[in-house]
Amino acid sequence: MASTIRVRAVSSGEVTEVQALIQHPMDSGYVKDSHGKIIPPHYIQQLTFEHSGKNVLVANWGPAVSKDPYIKFSFKGAKKGDDLKISWVDNKGQTDSTTAKIH
Amino acid sequence: MTTDNGFWATRRLVLQGAGLVALAGFGNIAFEAAPAQAAVSDKYPAKAFTLKGDDTAIKALYGKTVEVSDKVSLDAPEIAENGAVVPISATTTLPNVTSISFMVSENPNALAAYYRIPEGTMPEVANRLKMAKTTKVTAIVEAGGKLYSATKEVKVTIGGCGG
Repeated sequence: MASTIRVRAVSSGEVTEVQALIQHPMDSGYVKDSHGKIIPPHYIQQLTFEHSGKNVLVANWGPAVSKDPYIKFSFKGAKKGDDLKISWVDNKGQTDSTTAKIH
Repeated sequence: MTTDNGFWATRRLVLQGAGLVALAGFGNIAFEAAPAQAAVSDKYPAKAFTLKGDDTAIKALYGKTVEVSDKVSLDAPEIAENGAVVPISATTTLPNVTSISFMVSENPNALAAYYRIPEGTMPEVANRLKMAKTTKVTAIVEAGGKLYSATKEVKVTIGGCGG
């Protein structure tokens, strides 16, 4: 199954900039469908970025994060060719993860 | 659901002697944390995400008060044409940053996102948030155990809750 996670991690000097775009409805639970029925909440709760066995970012999200969430951040200590592992878990217990190379 | 992740991640931190715990000023790792400690573990702060109003969410997430600081920079559009996708980012020149969070005051639940920033990660983050209507947006930076914030108002023309 294709990953929901698209990531670009680029290293420049000692800083690696990470951008990730994740496919997820991020339904807040406040929106009704065309029949007037509430669409149940379905959103990523935790998104974790890991390098060298250590978390470099833990994103705790609520339903106010936009659909198909985007995130950008930077961290030190990685170099080109290193692996960056990204994983998420949502409020329904669904998960996905991927490993990307740092360029 | 994320309890196990939080437990093992915390274990990993201890074993690696991460500076994060020292920065937070806690000598031990408390797994079932008191509200103030919830902000320094990797456990998902579920309760804080359900609360209405900045103050109640801040209290639940951190258990501390916040002071406005010009060392926190919040980037938010003056007018958001689409309240469903509003690009928001924050950065700071403060040292020893351990977390950054975003509050959207007029949303049904004020806390939108809460990022744990381990040592070695830059104190800046960009994301996209939903805003139900014209609202204040606040970035809260936790640095050296204290909270600092910057606030902007975002005018929302089409509300982001699908209405």
